[in-house]
Amino acid sequence: MPIHEKSLIRPENLRTHENLTIDGVDVSGHWSTFIESRVVTDYNEAMEDEIAALPGGEHIHRCWQCGSCTNSCTVNAIEPRFNPRYWIYLIRTGMESELLRDKDLIWQCVSCNKCTYACPRDVFPEGVMKATAHWLELKGHTPESPSTTFDKIFTDEIVQHGRIEDTKVLMKFLQKTKQPLLQDWLKQIAWNIGMRLPVKWGIKSAWSFVFHPKARRWSKARTAIQDYIIEKETEHKQALGLHKPKAANGNATQRKLHAAE
Amino acid sequence: MVDITDRARKLREVAYYPGCALEGSGNGYDVSTRAIAYELGLKLQDVKDWNCCGAMEVKNIDPKIQTYLSSRVLSQAVNATKNNVVMAPCNGCYHNLKKAEYDLAHDAASREVVSTLSSKAGHKTYEAGQAETIHALDWIKDTIGEEGLRKRTKGRLAGMKIANYYGCMYVRPRHIFPEKDKGPGSESTSKPHFMDDLLAASGAENVEFPLKTACCGGAHTLSDSDTSTKLVLNILQAAEASGAEVIATECPTCHSGLEMHQIRAEKRFGKKTTVKILYFTQLLGLALGIKPRKLGIQQNISNSLEFIHEKGLT
Ligand code: SF4
Ligand code: SF4
Repeated sequence: MPIHEKSLIRPENLRTHENLTIDGVDVSGHWSTFIESRVVTDYNEAMEDEIAALPGGEHIHRCWQCGSCTNSCTVNAIEPRFNPRYWIYLIRTGMESELLRDKDLIWQCVSCNKCTYACPRDVFPEGVMKATAHWLELKGHTPESPSTTFDKIFTDEIVQHGRIEDTKVLMKFLQKTKQPLLQDWLKQIAWNIGMRLPVKWGIKSAWSFVFHPKARRWSKARTAIQDYIIEKETEHKQALGLHKPKAANGNATQRKLHAAE
Repeated sequence: MVDITDRARKLREVAYYPGCALEGSGNGYDVSTRAIAYELGLKLQDVKDWNCCGAMEVKNIDPKIQTYLSSRVLSQAVNATKNNVVMAPCNGCYHNLKKAEYDLAHDAASREVVSTLSSKAGHKTYEAGQAETIHALDWIKDTIGEEGLRKRTKGRLAGMKIANYYGCMYVRPRHIFPEKDKGPGSESTSKPHFMDDLLAASGAENVEFPLKTACCGGAHTLSDSDTSTKLVLNILQAAEASGAEVIATECPTCHSGLEMHQIRAEKRFGKKTTVKILYFTQLLGLALGIKPRKLGIQQNISNSLEFIHEKGLT
């Protein structure tokens, strides 16, 4: 499985020397840059199976490394280090430490599915990106990404009420991620809307804060979904060989979802 | 060939699933959809007790919960009207209902989860094939059609240069849209044209716009705002470079993403763009002679009222 991209030679693996003579030949300076040779000894053989066990990762084994995903990728176009094909290669060969160098990029996938559209092998690379980001968090390699925080707040709102009220989700997210509510661009947006509908907008937002939009007859669905989430979380942790912390006071998932509030 | 008139008759009354965004930030889309339905004599039967389709976020927590949420909507929609057609103007809702339909038809594990959750929640389990999901674009295209619009709009949008922006969820992933890419007359997933067709029939001049199905970064509009701003800026600049005065949208997430990040690009990166952003239903409404206020245009974040006035559409 070839690696073509030049960017894969990382700056930290390049060596130049101010003063170096080897066998009487002066190799100082820029003209003889060395690439540090690489010996991989610590393959993580379980990595592919673990990621395949998480939702979205199921079809990773089909990949034949054509590179169509990276080629079509929305995020790759603005961040060249975002490289789904390469990550799939690393996962399948078990090169964990190399994958971890990009751990803070993987969650940035915007789920546009351009890769899914282009992939000739139905790998569903978008799903693989989500499964990999999920794996990194479950293994404790990365803290919870802002994207996961948002997903949790959003999902919790739906599980609780059946519906979403977007201003409320926005406020909760900004609070949770410790961002100021009055950022210049958000202020401008509020101003733009407020300029044209001051009274109605104010009443509407206040109204939906007090009376959260709800799906009716939702309580049974809520419990059913909560139970399912707990069941799945246990399953994922088992697949990754992680011990479930003893459920001391009942319901781990509810606590986790509520922690998002 | 399907008998067009039968189809048109069938779709004159559809179940309407607005979804959360159309009740919140995308309210202008809801208002304008209802306004043109009224004007065109099409009946919208609101789905009762609907819930969120699961959006993108629930899928990231667990895709099967999203399938369940969407299937609950479908089960509510079944029997809302005689013909079991549910129309969703939001790309996210439309996409999720389609995806649930596909998964329920092809994946036994999804069927099992949906049936377990449905019976625990105490409602009928939705089964694949009981309802048909269509987008607002299909709805207008199949009921009124280009011919009908040509007659009713009298070319009111003449001289307006429009870039048609469809986004991701209307076309990708391809496998959940079995009716697309079926040759002439069907929608294309690589170069969609339904919105172009409807606006052209109303007199507008569609520009050649290369980023019709580019991504606006809606998934990370708040969690990775710089990425979203870059993606949106690219779309806005490409539209201006194509000569467009307006970007027509058909998704509340794309629409508010474009509007929000147009402001953010100016505030954060000093890149100002002036292209207007309007829902296609607002544009069709104007073409049908409906007043901007009745189309919720004042609810949009960006101000297009002066522009509309200049075009003589008030
Ligand atoms: S879904 Fe993610 S990985 Fe795939 S093309 Fe889009 S941004 Fe890239
Ligand atoms: S497009 Fe599909 S087969 Fe090709 S490299 Fe990407 S995941 Fe692998």
